[in-house]
Parts: sequence; C-alpha cells; structure tokens
Amino acid sequence: MRTDDRLRRWRLPAVMAAAVLALGACTAEESPGASAGASAGANAGAEAGEIVMVSSQLVPTAEQETMNNEILANFEGTVDFIGLEAGPFNDQIRAEAEAGEGEIGIIGGLDGEFDAFGPDLLMDVSDLAEELADLGINEDYLELGKLGTDTQYYIPWMQATYIMVARNEALEYLPDGADINALTYEQLTEWGANIEAETGERRLGFPAGEDGLWHRFFQGYGYPSFTGGVNTTFTSPEAVEFWNWLSDTWQYVNPQSTTYGFMQEQLQSGEVWVAWDHVVRLIDALESDPEGFTAFPAPSGPGGRAFMPVIAGLGIPNTSANPDGAKELIRYLLSPETQATTLNSVSFFPVISAELEGDLSAGLQAEADAVQTMQAADDALPALLPTGLGEEGGAYNQVFRDAFQRIVMDGEEPAEVLESLLPNLQAVFDTSEAPCWAPDPESDGPCQAQ
Amino acid sequence: MSARLGWAPYALLLPSIAFLAIFFAAPMVQAFALAFEGADGGFSFTHVDRMLGDASFRSALFTTIALVVLVIPVQFALAMSMALVINARLKGQGLWLYVYALPLGISELAAGIVWVSIFTQTGWLNSILMGLGITERQIIWQSGESPWLLIACIVIAEAWRATSIIMIILVAGLQSIPREFLEAADIYGATTWQKVRRVVLPMLRPSLQVALILRTILAFQVFATVIALAGTGIDVLAAEAQRWATDIDNDNVAAAYAGLILLLSLFSTILFLVLLPTREEHQA
Repeated sequence: MRTDDRLRRWRLPAVMAAAVLALGACTAEESPGASAGASAGANAGAEAGEIVMVSSQLVPTAEQETMNNEILANFEGTVDFIGLEAGPFNDQIRAEAEAGEGEIGIIGGLDGEFDAFGPDLLMDVSDLAEELADLGINEDYLELGKLGTDTQYYIPWMQATYIMVARNEALEYLPDGADINALTYEQLTEWGANIEAETGERRLGFPAGEDGLWHRFFQGYGYPSFTGGVNTTFTSPEAVEFWNWLSDTWQYVNPQSTTYGFMQEQLQSGEVWVAWDHVVRLIDALESDPEGFTAFPAPSGPGGRAFMPVIAGLGIPNTSANPDGAKELIRYLLSPETQATTLNSVSFFPVISAELEGDLSAGLQAEADAVQTMQAADDALPALLPTGLGEEGGAYNQVFRDAFQRIVMDGEEPAEVLESLLPNLQAVFDTSEAPCWAPDPESDGPCQAQ
Repeated sequence: MSARLGWAPYALLLPSIAFLAIFFAAPMVQAFALAFEGADGGFSFTHVDRMLGDASFRSALFTTIALVVLVIPVQFALAMSMALVINARLKGQGLWLYVYALPLGISELAAGIVWVSIFTQTGWLNSILMGLGITERQIIWQSGESPWLLIACIVIAEAWRATSIIMIILVAGLQSIPREFLEAADIYGATTWQKVRRVVLPMLRPSLQVALILRTILAFQVFATVIALAGTGIDVLAAEAQRWATDIDNDNVAAAYAGLILLLSLFSTILFLVLLPTREEHQA
C-alpha cells in the first residue's frame, strides 16, 4: 500500500518527462533535413530524392542553420547538409572513395580541396557545365574547375574575398591626404599610430588566433603587395621589407589579436577599430550598424594592391549515393534566385553573371562596393588561393604562421627566419608536386620556392 | 577460500578487460606505432626528431609543465578547504555542495568561453575594475605579448573549472575517517590546525594520492581552456598535437606529442606513488 502511494507520486513527473523526451526526439529528427516543411508538400521532388551534402564551407552553426532554413528552403528534394571541419571533411570523403561506396551525394568545397581530391575521386560534370552555360558562370573559375585537365570536375558555386572594415570613429585619425579606398600599407601604419597617439589604445586588429584566417593575409595580401609574388619571392629583400613593416605596425595592433578568429565581434565591441578579415566574418558588424562602419579595399604596397578571391565549388564523388539528385541540387544552387539568397543570407558572392533580383541589404551593399572597388583598382593584383597542395595545405599555411610567430612575436631577424623556413616551404612543393600559381610565374613541374 | 571461487572472478572481470583492451590498449599501441613508424614500415625516429626540432616544442613543453606546477597546488589548497567546509556539515551544506559542483556540469571549452567573456578587453573583469574606479583604462589580459598574464588567466579558469573533481574525492576520503580519531584528538586538546595536520591529512593520504594522480594526468592534457583564452598566444602539448593532426595533416608527429604527454603522465604518477606511499593504518 505504501509502495503504491510512493509510485503514484512519481506518475505525473514521469509522464511529463516522457512527453518532453518525445518532443525532443521529434524536433531533433527534423532539424538536419530541415526543409521538412517544404519537401513534405512537394512530392515532385521524387526525382531529386534525398541527398547527403558534405561541405567544408558554411560550417559554423549559424551558417548551417541558414543553409537549411533559407538557401535550401525551396529545393524539391531533401538535403542532409553536413558542414565539416577540414580534418573530418577530408577523412570522410577519402574513406568513402577507398571503400568504393558511401552515403555522400555531393561535395561542397574550396578549389584547393577539390584539387587535393583529384580527378580520380570526382565525377565528370562537363555536360552539366554546358547546360548551365547560359547563366554566365565566370570563365576563369570554370577553368579552375577542370583541375588542370580538359574535363569539368566541379562547378563553381560561390566566391568570397577579404576586405577591411573600420569603425567610423577611427576615420578622423586617417593620415592627411589618405583616400580610404586607395590606402597604402604605410598609410595604414600611420593610421594606427595616430589612433594610438590620440587615444592611447592599439586599435588595429587582425585574426591571428587559432580559428583566424591570418595565413591568407600573408599569402594573398602581404606578400604579393610587397613583392609581386609569394613562393618565388619568399626570402627576397622585398619580403624582408614586408616583415619589417608588419613588426613596425604590430605596436599599433591590439595584442589580443592572437585570440581573434572572427573580427566582426571585436569591431562591434569596440576592442578593434580597423580590421582585416574574410567578408563572411565581417558582415555582422556591417549589418548591425551600416551607419557606424565603413568597408574598404585592402591597402596597396610596392608590388600592387593584392587580394585573394576564394572560390567554392560543387563536385559529385564517383561513389555518390544519388548522382541525379546531386545534379538537381547543383542546378538549384546555381540558379539566380538561390545565388541571390546565398548572397543575402551568408554573404558569399555569386559566380554567375545573370541578373540577380532584389536589393541588397545595406551591409552587403557596403561589402559588394568594397569588393568592386578592389577588383577594379588600377593596381589590383589577384593572388589565388594555394592550388594543388593536396594534403600539404596545412603545412604550407604553417610556414607563414611560423614566420609570423618568430619574426613579429619573438623578434627574430626576418632574413634569418625566412632562410631557415625555406626548406619547409620547398618540402611542401616537393611532396605535393604542385606548380606555382598566380601571381608567381608559371613553373614547369613543382614550384621552386626562393 | 580462493579455490572455491575458482575461475569465476576472472570470468567476471573479462568484459571490463576486453573493453579496456579494445578501446584503450589497442589504440595506445597503434598511436605508439604511428609515432615511430618509418617510411618503409620499420622503426624510425624521424617523427620524434621533427617534434623535438619544431619551433614551438620547447615553449609547449615548458608551458604545459608550468601550468601543471602552478595549477595543482592552487587547486589542492582550494579543494581541501572546500572539502572541510562540506564535511563540517554546516547549515545550508546542500547549497554549498551544489555551488561547488556546478563547474563539473560544463565542458572544458564552454568554461574557457565563459572566462573569455570575463577576461576579454571589453569583458566583465574590466567593467568591474573600471566601475569600481580601480583602473581607468581597459587592461588587456589576454595579450599574446604577456605570456605570464595569459598563464595566470588560464590557472584561474582551470582552478574554477576542475577543483570540484578533487573536492569530491577529498570529501569521500574525509567521510571515511573514523570519528573516534577526531574525538580522541579533541580529548587531548588539539587545535583545529593540529587536528588537520596530525589526524586528517595523514588519514587522507590514499584520497590525496588518487586525486593528485588523476588531476595531474588531466592537467597535462590541458587544451580547450588554453585555446579559448590564449589562442595562438601560448603553446601547450595537447594543442600542438591537435595542430599537427588537423592543420598540418601529419598524424605521426601528432602521435609523438601524444606519446610525450603519456610519458609525462606516467612519470608523474610514479612520482606520486613513491612520494605518497599509503599504508594500512586503520588500527584502533
């Protein structure tokens, strides 16, 4: 009898707990394939079916949510979008290729990553490229999608680049005669110095933290702007000048930069007034307060105004579980409507030249203007993402990170450090057999770093 | 006696041993194999050499050891006082236990991020200091240019995050001390400090030993707190292992780092076993 009483007391809580768990299980099942609402109605999606999309882009949780809820919302099939960090991304795709079968239907990745996978892993999509010719996909990017062969292995999907953003209160400290849309690196240093002199604070900021894309600054902006090249001018006197410039400028850079990954946070909190970063990692600041921030192109150096276009593409692995669905998804993602949605929601820029409908938000317009100004500048110098490095990509980036750590943070002599790191750099090319890429001159065989 | 039990005890142990062998021993052997495998499948020191020659190796080793040496005493002093508070069974003791155990519920990275919001330039600490008028300017606690300040931040964050583990072990140990000993000490007129020094601490030795070994092993693996608070500002062994494995895509050198962490943990365990031998002292 007493046991009954005690059990009775627990009945209601137990029922409530079960209800909560059931609810949780339902919502948990729904969220990955998110477009449950849309696809439930559209049974015409039988053609596209279910596809697993593995992507190294749009990995942060917020971006994955946007992908599921906005970009993929009108797709007729069901997409299980999985954003993965570099390690698991590589592992999973390679494992399925080795096994000869797998669940992955389509891959979204960077140009360099497709290059690493190589033609053997990917399906020929030349017919799809021809079909989509009307959209006016950027010719250079299509060429990159052939991975050095005559066959199309990935279709360009979206692009991004790196720009600078400043809080408007920093603008009054610009050096005399400086045009913010045509700064030089020297003027950037002077700007930082002026801010420090007047306010006592170091307000320049760079993403030098673990998650930061700091290595891209050296590969696509610093080196080419000062030396006109990257690998072939690694130890050149102009490179030493670049490192000296960075060491000088670092005294005006917020020392907490070694923890920064996404500069928009620091711009918004006011810890940093002038920042360089990827367009996607600056958009929040510009959107939150379009009147309070100014987006502008990266500065120019003796070698030109270098910038790095980042190209993402869509490829179908040979072991794809749903090749037809994958092609449907590619058609969908390349359509003008979806390219516009992509731009508006995750601020990755389109690769098609067909007219996009609708207006851009103020923040995006600011970024688009800065990108335009940069690309149209007289001294503009595109510096491509490292290509053909395969598994050596990480080791390549590490060379530049080590150079920064030793020269700027530890105070070693630039010339010595660069000489000592040159063998590491060459080892990357010897192992991967990658030829040089723009702006370095083309090479026969593996790139020779100097 | 044992003849009657026969093989039954060993059979009962078999599942646990199998589990440990498959999920712990086998991967450990594989990891060591990775660290020493040569290009032709033979034995090679190349990866260990590469690890030792890496620019950040020395600072990673030194920083990891420095963190361990700094964090452990702080945590033990804290945990001891917390455990004594719990054991004193004061009024509202349940609340104290709850508050002390809260940090156990969150992951290492989450704790790191909480402390970033405190230490960052526009974070809580600076807001409080400036609000109280102690400083006029925001202090940059997480500066990559002041590694010792960074280490201090990490010690504080780790002390907050992981002391409860030690406290719980010590509380269990305290509760196993027979009350007769403490009552006898009272009868002989011992002060609280004498009681702690002469009765509690010696009887707490087994728990202290266990807690020290556990916490030191975990301290050598410190990773997420460092990444969150210091980014690339300081290096530690576990972060280097992760960097070699994911960024540089070289599993062999990463395995070498992991092996080094294992060796350090082993060495410190043996050290504690030697310095804190436990004897059966429970005679009335």
